[in-house]
Amino acid sequence: MGVSNDQASNWEREQARRVFLAMLKARQLETKLSSLYKAGKIVGGVYLGKGQEAVSGSLGCSLVQGRDVFAPLIRDQAGRTGFGEDIMDCARTYLGSSLGPMRGRDGNIHRGRPKEGMLAMISHLGAQVPMVTGVLLSRRLKGVLEGTVGATCVGDGATSTGAFHEGLNAAAVEKLPLVVVVANNQFAYSTPNDRQFACADLLDRAKGYGVGAHSVDGTDFLDCVRGIGEAVRQAREGNGPQMVVARLLRLSGHGEHDDGSYVPDTLRAGHVGRDCMAVAAEQMVTEGYATEEEIAAWREEVTDEIQRVLAVAQQDPVPDPWHEEWEAFSNNLSTTSGA
Amino acid sequence: MSITYVDAIREAQEHLLKEDPRVFLYGQDIANFGGAFKATKGLAEAYPGRVLDSPISEDAMIGMAIGAAVDGMRPIVEMQFADFSSVAFNQIVNQAGTHYYRTGVPVPITVRLPSGGTPGSGPFHSQSMEAIYSHYPGIVVVTPATVSDAYHMLIQAVELDDPVVYCEHKFLYRWLKANSINGDGLPLGRARITRPGKHATIVAYSAMVHEAVRAADRLKVESGWDIEVVDLRTVKPLDMDTVLASVARTGRLLALGEAFPWGGVTAEVVARVVSQGFHLLDAPPKRLNSRDTPVPYHPNLWAAHRPTPETICLAMRELLSF
Repeated sequence: MGVSNDQASNWEREQARRVFLAMLKARQLETKLSSLYKAGKIVGGVYLGKGQEAVSGSLGCSLVQGRDVFAPLIRDQAGRTGFGEDIMDCARTYLGSSLGPMRGRDGNIHRGRPKEGMLAMISHLGAQVPMVTGVLLSRRLKGVLEGTVGATCVGDGATSTGAFHEGLNAAAVEKLPLVVVVANNQFAYSTPNDRQFACADLLDRAKGYGVGAHSVDGTDFLDCVRGIGEAVRQAREGNGPQMVVARLLRLSGHGEHDDGSYVPDTLRAGHVGRDCMAVAAEQMVTEGYATEEEIAAWREEVTDEIQRVLAVAQQDPVPDPWHEEWEAFSNNLSTTSGA
Repeated sequence: MSITYVDAIREAQEHLLKEDPRVFLYGQDIANFGGAFKATKGLAEAYPGRVLDSPISEDAMIGMAIGAAVDGMRPIVEMQFADFSSVAFNQIVNQAGTHYYRTGVPVPITVRLPSGGTPGSGPFHSQSMEAIYSHYPGIVVVTPATVSDAYHMLIQAVELDDPVVYCEHKFLYRWLKANSINGDGLPLGRARITRPGKHATIVAYSAMVHEAVRAADRLKVESGWDIEVVDLRTVKPLDMDTVLASVARTGRLLALGEAFPWGGVTAEVVARVVSQGFHLLDAPPKRLNSRDTPVPYHPNLWAAHRPTPETICLAMRELLSF
């Protein structure tokens, strides 16, 4: 690389600060959402990214909104924030506000703004892998692919789906700049890895697909910032699809309805059970990327912002079935007798 | 000069590639090979980089088309056989079908499904999938039965902002010919009176329109009955205005389809006519579909699995004698 050490360390400092802030917002916002859920103010479910913020945030902050495309999954609040999603979108979607991007038609993490490059996930895992690939194919056909990256996140469980395989394989065939980040958090809902796959390491699959392989310690903030940043760079520079596998542990249940009692204490107490937030705060200070005072001030600012956002979203209008259009088509083909 | 049904599909795609830079074709063996049925013959050479061979990955094919469509393109995906679209079912019904309602951003993909039975094709190269996609909100499903509809409805499908499942019947590919592709200008969503009549109505679509006309001709010659044949053309949304107006004229209805008998388009037509036009009926409406088994391989079995002019005439005589 023709980048000097100074430039590289400057990039890392700025990137680390951005990622850390996105992580902080995500952790605090989701903690509040969990409380609202437990208080009965949010229906359906709340899904936390607790323990996965370093991975997710590192990806989101490596992307450029307006140029790149990002299809986050359920534990990607940090990545969404890092990509540039307004946390108001999150609050409004969880609370079913008719002012949010989904207008009460879909909820929680099933949200996005496709026109702004953030796709809205469906619940079927792996399904976003080919969709992001398709956006990239479109960019190539339009002649504007250069410098663009498409990224999506999946968990260990989604790597077992046909959509994941088909999508990653197709991206590899087309040599498109797709980055797939696999958060290997050891469990798909309650199913442990040994019931999910038989290869020694999910990274082995990258070789099979003919895509770049990157391994990061998902609990290690700086390893995520660097490793995921590098994977995105590789894709952006035209080296084809990249697969990142991050080893970590989900520090919550699948959703807030789930106590995660199936996770053995030994795993929680071990290396993968480290809280990336705590590691990040320590590394930020050690590396001199932020002072403890700065971090404390950020925490306060973020707390205020989240309180403000949630106060607004809770007062928002909610959808009214009498004023709902009840129309799944954008065209006017429907005849007088309905569909 | 005569043009076949499959020629019309090829011509429509050539027209679209020529006129609309947003259009591209994606599917298995469609580039240099020209497609399993030659519906894209020569297009890869004429439009380099816009007619792309896909891996055998129906889920990814549709998923990618959806992504490209959301990004402003107008992809046409060729499923090699309609049957294989079952692998892409999730992307079609859950990703494409829900996208506009959820996000406000439409998904202008067109999915071509080479549909229906031909002798010897067997259980996995013969299915009619229109009902299953029609069941889900947000997907337009069309079933052209004529050469000119094959051409014009494909162009209209691509121009539409919503996902369209375009069911093209393989039996019609080379058998059905016309002198030109000039049409009558009907939009998507409108049915057509293919054969006017006054004693009973057959509502059909796709290849069954032709079987219905054969049966109607036979009933005219043998017994003097004037049977009206309505070609639905689009099965989602259903043009109930045209169907009900026909039933109002004739008082009798046979809903005819090649798909499996449980549920489906014919059941929907009968349910709607009974519910919206009960007072128009002089006889209990009838349905005629394929048998309730997988589509068999041997031509003898295949020919008896689907409705034929003989079984249609039988059903019509029962209907007319009520």
